[in-house]
Amino acid sequence: MLLSNKARSATHARSRAGLLSRLDLVGSPYLFVAPFFVIFGVFGLFPLLYTAWVSLHDWDLAGDAGFVGLANYADLFADPDFWNAVVNTLGMFVLATVPQLLLALVVASLLNQRLRALTFFRMGVLAPIVTSVAAVGIVFSQIFDRDAGMANGLLALLGVDPVDWRADKWSSWLAISVMVDWRWTGYNALIFLAAMQSVPRDVYEAAAIDGASKIRQFWGITVPLIRPAILFTVIISTIGGMQLFTEPLIFGQGGYAISGGSLRQFQTVAMYMFEKAFRDFDYGYGSAVAWMIFLLIVVFALVNFLVTRRAR
Amino acid sequence: MTTRLARPLLAATLTGLLAACGAGAQTPDTATPGKITLVVKTFSEFGYEELYKQYEAAHPGITIKQESIAQLGDYLPKLQQWMASGSGAGDVVALEEGILIQFMAKPEQFVNLLDHGAGSLKADFLEWKWKQALTNDGSKLVGLGTDVGAQGMCYRTDLFAKAGLPTDREKVGELWPTWDAYLATGQKFTQAKTGAHFFDSAGGIYQNILMQQGDHTYYDTSNNLVIDTNPGVKAAWDQAVKMIQGGLSANLAQWSPQWNAGFKKGTFATIPCPSWMLGVIEEQAGPENAGKWDVARVPGDGAVRGGSFLAVPTQSKHQKEAAELIKFLTSPKGQIAAFKAKSNFPSSPQAIDDPAVQGFVNDYFNNAPVGKIFGASAKALKPVYLGPNNNPVGDRVGNALMAVEQGKLQPDEAWAKAVEDAKRAAK
Repeated sequence: MLLSNKARSATHARSRAGLLSRLDLVGSPYLFVAPFFVIFGVFGLFPLLYTAWVSLHDWDLAGDAGFVGLANYADLFADPDFWNAVVNTLGMFVLATVPQLLLALVVASLLNQRLRALTFFRMGVLAPIVTSVAAVGIVFSQIFDRDAGMANGLLALLGVDPVDWRADKWSSWLAISVMVDWRWTGYNALIFLAAMQSVPRDVYEAAAIDGASKIRQFWGITVPLIRPAILFTVIISTIGGMQLFTEPLIFGQGGYAISGGSLRQFQTVAMYMFEKAFRDFDYGYGSAVAWMIFLLIVVFALVNFLVTRRAR
Repeated sequence: MTTRLARPLLAATLTGLLAACGAGAQTPDTATPGKITLVVKTFSEFGYEELYKQYEAAHPGITIKQESIAQLGDYLPKLQQWMASGSGAGDVVALEEGILIQFMAKPEQFVNLLDHGAGSLKADFLEWKWKQALTNDGSKLVGLGTDVGAQGMCYRTDLFAKAGLPTDREKVGELWPTWDAYLATGQKFTQAKTGAHFFDSAGGIYQNILMQQGDHTYYDTSNNLVIDTNPGVKAAWDQAVKMIQGGLSANLAQWSPQWNAGFKKGTFATIPCPSWMLGVIEEQAGPENAGKWDVARVPGDGAVRGGSFLAVPTQSKHQKEAAELIKFLTSPKGQIAAFKAKSNFPSSPQAIDDPAVQGFVNDYFNNAPVGKIFGASAKALKPVYLGPNNNPVGDRVGNALMAVEQGKLQPDEAWAKAVEDAKRAAK
């Protein structure tokens, strides 16, 4: 009896310890990842949902003026300024991203060679990324100044008339794309470089023995083998491109820079969102634009993902 | 204190961030009983630093803390946030005239200053300035006036001399009794080929003419959008277009870096200058251009452009003390001090007539008697009613005008676009 009692309590203790250790085993990982999800919930998910809620209201300066359902979205779809901003955003995205990634590939493959002072060059491509966006914007705005800018100075040497960079779509898009490229090419190049480092040298050696040129090796070996890195940069660039804001804003200048030029030549969707919410104080409408940006990013990231995966 | 909403958003955002870092510590001194800290929220420059010291010396129990945000464009969203959330606005807030109208729609957010004995101060303010902050039924006074944006025309004496025009400010004023005369002078100036343009941008000219076109602009006093039926708006537009077509404009968007550089390099000879603009010119043109600028009368009748009020939000815990403070700051004496400190032109007739203002000369502007010039303009000016969406509508019209200036739209197309955009913005 005594013994069996002891045994029972021992089993009991063992089962409790078993429960705790099982809980530890099953529960702890969740506890460890919890901080991310809590932070994401507070700073990511909540604002996202709250924005969605605001976008269903007529919410202006005086506060909430009532639920309007999808009226803001209906207005948005009929709003020429919004579609103009979408076209601008996509246009600048293509104009900036395509040459940027191609250039980054070339730079990375050059950095992957055996060169003197390699670390110096590798650090060099990283320099633009540590420069503040505002500084980049200000410097490039001066370069593309209509009256005293360096760009027009160079054109004048070629006998071309000065360009009013802010007055046309093509010229303003070009100027802004140059800013974006200058800042991000090195960053992408480093990612490509890291991927290239993991490509085995003997593949190249074999190709070289077979008589493949450097260029042939680049397209035939390097690019296919670093496809995951390319995919990553395309997605990241898409997200960045859809949110383009600071560069065109600083480029715009003047009192009403948020409109991106007198005829909204280079207003991006993010700028339009800011204009509606914080300049016209139509918070409901601004929130609707914010949600459209979110959807656009999802759609284009998906499209890019599929396209880049397909292109095997 | 003005339409400085028109400053670059970039600068607004940057300085806003800085200001946001410095703000926030609003501690009511509960530790020491009888000691009160009044928090004053302002934007740009109000020139009150000396006045605060005087007030604190005279009221031992009170400490004043000013939290200023450099740009109106950045101050306004914050102010709305404070008012909407019911905290953070402090004890005194500054309201620029363009945003006052928006807050007048919700007068319950502000302390009725008539309850604090402000009624007896009516004679201390220009009548229209007083009325701007008074509800329609006259039962509630939301704010007390600070400055008014009295108008002048600033010009470069050296460029005028080069073009063979008179340089004496009296004679220069006689050149342009009207805007048509100003245009004619501009054409004469352009023909002289000094290498400079006559004015900086059509936007500033338009704004100035617009404010002289009667008692309302884009909105009538019942808050209906009347941009396409108010002849005054179209008249100001047409006048500005004529000046563009006359080749007078340097086409420098106001508040842009190019515009700033234009002051330094002397790429334009005149600019309409509300009193607060003098500080901007001095800052941008720099000491090397001291004495080259001067101030003459503005073409047409006087016009107001900008000007502010001080109000006490109902969320203040020290409403009585805050009301006393703004009565002191907006008193004729307070307004004179602010004028001397930052050129903010008084809205009090006593202050305007005071020898300290009338006799004030600005040495940077060739010792121009700015007190007298702006005083004449302030007395002649008629108040203009600005509707609820005045700033968004004005932004659209300004952009359409810039498109004409850039040669991207014909004036008729641009006007049609301005009206259409304005209607959508005001919706």
